[in-house]
Amino acid sequence: MTRRIVIDPVTRLEGHGKIEICLDIEGQVDHAFFQVPEFRAFEKFCEGRAAEEMPTLTQKICGVCPTAHHIASVKALDDLFKVEPTEAAKKIRELMHTAFIYEDHLLHFFYLGGPDLFMASNDKGFGRNIFGVIGKLGKKIGKKVIEIRKRVRGLNALISGSPLYPVCGLPGGVSKPISEEERAGIKEIARDALAFARLCLNIFEEEVLANRGYLDLMHSEAYSLQTYYMGMVDRKNHVSFYDGEIRIVDPDGAEFEKFAAVDYLNHLEERVDAWSYMKTLYLKSVGWHGLHDGKGSGLYRVGPLARLNASDGMATPLAQQEYERMFDACGGKPAHNTLVYHWARLVEVLFAAERMSEIACHDDLTDPAIRNMPTQLPHEGVGACEAPRGTLIHHYETNEEAIIQKLNLLVATQNNAGAISLSVEKAARAFIKGGNVSEIALSRIEMAYRAYDPCLACATH
Amino acid sequence: MPVKPKIALYWCSSCGGCDESVIDLSEDLLALSMGVDIVFWPLAMDGRRKDLEALSDGEMALSLINGAVRMHEQAHMVMLLRRKSKLVFAHGTCAHLGGIVGLGNFHSVQALLTRSFVEVPTVKNPDGILPGGPGEGSGKEPKLSGFFDKVMTLDQVIDVDAYVPGCPPPPELLGEAIGAVLEGRLQERGFVFGDRKALCHTCPRRDSYPERIGVKKFKRVHETEWDSKKCFLPQGVICLGPATRGGCGSRCIQANMPCRGCFGPLDNMEDHGAAMLSFLASMIDADRENEVRRITDSIPDPGGLFYRYSAPRSILGAGKRTET
Repeated sequence: MTRRIVIDPVTRLEGHGKIEICLDIEGQVDHAFFQVPEFRAFEKFCEGRAAEEMPTLTQKICGVCPTAHHIASVKALDDLFKVEPTEAAKKIRELMHTAFIYEDHLLHFFYLGGPDLFMASNDKGFGRNIFGVIGKLGKKIGKKVIEIRKRVRGLNALISGSPLYPVCGLPGGVSKPISEEERAGIKEIARDALAFARLCLNIFEEEVLANRGYLDLMHSEAYSLQTYYMGMVDRKNHVSFYDGEIRIVDPDGAEFEKFAAVDYLNHLEERVDAWSYMKTLYLKSVGWHGLHDGKGSGLYRVGPLARLNASDGMATPLAQQEYERMFDACGGKPAHNTLVYHWARLVEVLFAAERMSEIACHDDLTDPAIRNMPTQLPHEGVGACEAPRGTLIHHYETNEEAIIQKLNLLVATQNNAGAISLSVEKAARAFIKGGNVSEIALSRIEMAYRAYDPCLACATH
Repeated sequence: MPVKPKIALYWCSSCGGCDESVIDLSEDLLALSMGVDIVFWPLAMDGRRKDLEALSDGEMALSLINGAVRMHEQAHMVMLLRRKSKLVFAHGTCAHLGGIVGLGNFHSVQALLTRSFVEVPTVKNPDGILPGGPGEGSGKEPKLSGFFDKVMTLDQVIDVDAYVPGCPPPPELLGEAIGAVLEGRLQERGFVFGDRKALCHTCPRRDSYPERIGVKKFKRVHETEWDSKKCFLPQGVICLGPATRGGCGSRCIQANMPCRGCFGPLDNMEDHGAAMLSFLASMIDADRENEVRRITDSIPDPGGLFYRYSAPRSILGAGKRTET
């Protein structure tokens, strides 16, 4: 008899999802589906809205990565009105975005995905969560996690009004300058954020890399996919969160395509499935050939590991050291094992902290010139940035009154949609044998999607 | 040892921001976890629907539900949570008023689906496959939840005991709401947490609010510069503060941007957008009808601006229960 195993809802991620696994009469996995049963339609109901409202409207796609939407949106407005932001505005935006990636990655490491790393995989139910993590790592570290996230989110509230939803983005600038007095506080937070980032990598070393069982999983075929990787890079091909070109490498790590965000339509395409509201992105030049990995498949991945794979290095010294150490331990670049996403995320936490410190010291940060006023008639604009979960693109068309006529949104997790489905199916095949579906097997299947830190509200928008 | 009260945190058609605001309780979240038993919270804890179904009716003290109700599955879940909980709070603007997802009520379901899944320029979908409809595959694909014609507020689907407004509610306000339950000092049914007065009363710029405002043209934020110490309204920049409940900490104003109304209407207002429109009408400095029209025409997208967070709770886009 065939069976269906249902995991409903999937947990410790943002948004609604469920997994259905079909077993054949032998009890072997026939198919596994990762389904997203939600849909809101921002691409329709934002039509007719005033363009300047888009950074605060579209950030409500996601309460976990709103800052990334705010940034991509305001960059699309810069392009729409053909207005270059002032230097101070660029620094303020980048600081806000970098601080956000820092605290959001910590959210995943300690609250969402991290519990999979710290807790024994046979811990059922309520053990694998932030409270369990604090029990394992100790209250002292727990309090530090909470404190540093609160202070970094406080920094963003100072810049943008709210720790959660920034409102400061305007085409050509931002709404509020940073004073010298505020700079002193920002420097202090950045310094402490850097110290905590280093502590996180130590924790990873001691609690995760020293765990033989976890290492075996991290190097196992069950979690490995040979895919293309995509991420934004600066002029030196170093990882960049705020601005740069989008680079794709092939499964061997060779540069495959590199393009400016405005050219995204030449490179990316989306597929629709009738059984989920999540659209799946794939590389247009390779095409869609089903859920397979390898060079012949247009599937690609984004997010922390993909960004590191798609780059030639990190732009800051300590993060560069950790980047090299990570790839050495993984047998070189690109690293294909999905569980390495957790490690790559911490390398990015370190980079974010170093970059926050750099920006905090930059002369332009406190320049009172925070806006250039738009002078051109609007028509069309594209903006992109790296969200914590991957490359994010906003594309708007307006009439001359700057009223949105059409929009298209390619949102981070959508880029990973095919890979997430394939990872879940592969893990299901590896851990379910002969109809035996243990709690450990289910938790290991869930580890396959959780490493990506998926945001399903984003993925369906 | 006394049994800890059980609570659930759930989301419907939402962005996850309300759940983030729970995490932003920071150290208070740890304290909360000592005092209550969080039995269901998909964002941060493992737990399945069947665990919830296994609880006795009324076994939970409180369910905090965020998000509007858009999908059939969400309606089933909130009905289940209602049955299992003594109290249900609408957590955040979407559950309270419909929220930004409620702007979908200005379009048909078909239009929403067609734009996202057929028309956008990246989609390659020559057969016009729509989620929930027929599609290619092995026939083993899972069934997909459909959705209602309209986005609904939580209280258009189940009875709601109190509302915690805001997009998202500040963690302090959420803490106050949970504290009210745990300490048994909940106000009357239907109570909306937050201030009793409009945002203007606690706005840091209130001293610059003039006795009379006369506006000749409404200005858009991308094409104007304003004095960052003075009230937005006399400067011609629309701010929804006068019609919006206070209690947010003036967070947008602190960033030198005007209020967009996420805390919703005051106690005596039925329709948030209509209240704001009538307030703005009183600000218009014109005698002749064509002059009035010229000034009102300077407001772009009034529907999207004044009903940004409350279309499903309004005369214009009210959500209405449809059977699944």
